[in-house]
Amino acid sequence: MSYILTLKKLELCRDGKKILRGVNLEIGNQEIHSIIGANGAGKSTLAYTLMGLQGYEQNEGSIIFDGEDIAELSITERAKKGITLAWQEPARFEGLKVRDYLAIGARDNGGITEEELKDALCKVDLNPEKYLDREVGEALSGGERKRIELASIITMKPKLAILDEPDSGIDVVSLKEIVNLIRALKENGSSVLVITHREEIAAASDKASLMCEGVILRSGDPLEISEFFKNRCIPCDNRIYPLTEN
Amino acid sequence: MTLTKLDMLSKDTEDMNSAYDAAGGNSEVLHNHEMSSLVVSGNKVLSANGTEGIVLEKKETENGVDIKMTIQKGYKIPLPVHLCFGLIPKDGIQEIKMDFVAEEDSEVELIAHCTFPNAVKVVHKMDAKMVIGKNASLKYTETHFHGPHGGIEVLPKAYVKIEEGGKYYTNFALISGRVGFLEFDYSVDAEKDSICEMVTKVYGKADDKIRILEKIALNGENARSVIKSRIAITDNAISEFRGITEGHAPRARGHVDCMEVIQGNAKAEAIPIVRVDNPLAKVTHEAAIGCVDKKEVETLMARGLEEDDAIDIIVKGMLA
Repeated sequence: MSYILTLKKLELCRDGKKILRGVNLEIGNQEIHSIIGANGAGKSTLAYTLMGLQGYEQNEGSIIFDGEDIAELSITERAKKGITLAWQEPARFEGLKVRDYLAIGARDNGGITEEELKDALCKVDLNPEKYLDREVGEALSGGERKRIELASIITMKPKLAILDEPDSGIDVVSLKEIVNLIRALKENGSSVLVITHREEIAAASDKASLMCEGVILRSGDPLEISEFFKNRCIPCDNRIYPLTEN
Repeated sequence: MTLTKLDMLSKDTEDMNSAYDAAGGNSEVLHNHEMSSLVVSGNKVLSANGTEGIVLEKKETENGVDIKMTIQKGYKIPLPVHLCFGLIPKDGIQEIKMDFVAEEDSEVELIAHCTFPNAVKVVHKMDAKMVIGKNASLKYTETHFHGPHGGIEVLPKAYVKIEEGGKYYTNFALISGRVGFLEFDYSVDAEKDSICEMVTKVYGKADDKIRILEKIALNGENARSVIKSRIAITDNAISEFRGITEGHAPRARGHVDCMEVIQGNAKAEAIPIVRVDNPLAKVTHEAAIGCVDKKEVETLMARGLEEDDAIDIIVKGMLA
């Protein structure tokens, strides 16, 4: 099997503490891969490190994406290679219209048509007529901004979409739509790394990994991993290891 | 001063048309006789078109034009009135004195474009007195276009009186070209049940200097106001903002909101001032100065934009 992403002994320290303690992970082409784990396990930190955000530059290990080590690449360079990230809490953009925001990710793919813009909003259950010319700012609820964030992933058509808790801030009824959206990303050719607490989302994955205290404890069948997490890992003390302990 | 019903006064205005277009306007509206318009270059009134319900008195002075515009009682002007002020040469002075009255129950929208595309040493002063009559409404948008040289002083000063039930909305934007030196000084008295909304958006670069002073006195019961200021400065630009709202009457409500983004060596100061002397009035404020939000920048970078392009989009969005 060919892998779009391979992590080897990935380590990250912040404020003198080791948050990622040697993450090993493989994600296949067009694979939906869930990362589950308790709060503080390092899941979001892993997402930020993969995207190369400021303050989340890896200290050790390698990130092989599409056959290339991307450790030295900037956020923009990683995005141009085909990685993108949907934040758990999306940013607000005062004065930026939804249509312009959605078009940004498509600029390197030859732009976007009106139909594609509308289609992306429909996929996240937002009425295009109502939302395309609104601002991605204060006037939208957290749930609406979350959906628009996910729509921006659709229009970008990345090789690897990292979704950090795509269900947070969205009502339970919409979970099915999120699952459908993740499947649609896969059908469009993307691999998807989903960080989630939701069994429903993990169950829709091809594979899942359990993360605890900055390492991947085990990877495998999503239902099996979910069961293991529920029955064996709660409560988790979420302890973060100081540098000196390693 | 001559009393003129606005009508056919057009001359060759090619240069101003080009400048007007460059300022974001559409010069075709200046020659559309279904719409009111006024074009002033330096101290010359180049053209004027009028519609029923608008009376204009104008007088050319040594350095500019004195204008008195009256929207007659009960007239609701259906299409915006377009105003174009500017100077084509690279140096000069333009002083506009504006006496504006919206009589009782009238309604109008004024769209002004002030254009100084070649300014190297130019002073543009506006001294306005505006009266919004009982239940009248004025929407006033002023957009500036300056050239790349920064050698311009823009000194708009206005006193606005909003009578009972009147509405006044103003939007001042100076985001194209260099600011030069801007001293914006507006003062408003708002009477019973009136509404006032003042928005300023300015983008300062190089060694531009920006001073904004906006003051609203909520004198009448149930008067309401918002001062909203959005300023972006970069390089060595300097900005000072004072937004003052006074609540003097029961159920008067006011809010001052200033957001400034700074980059490079720019320096910003924002002082929202609230004064209340009536226990039933309420005035609130918020002010924030800082760099461009990191998460916004990183989000756009994660969609493939370079950092500078991401910042540019965020700043322009804030000023949109």
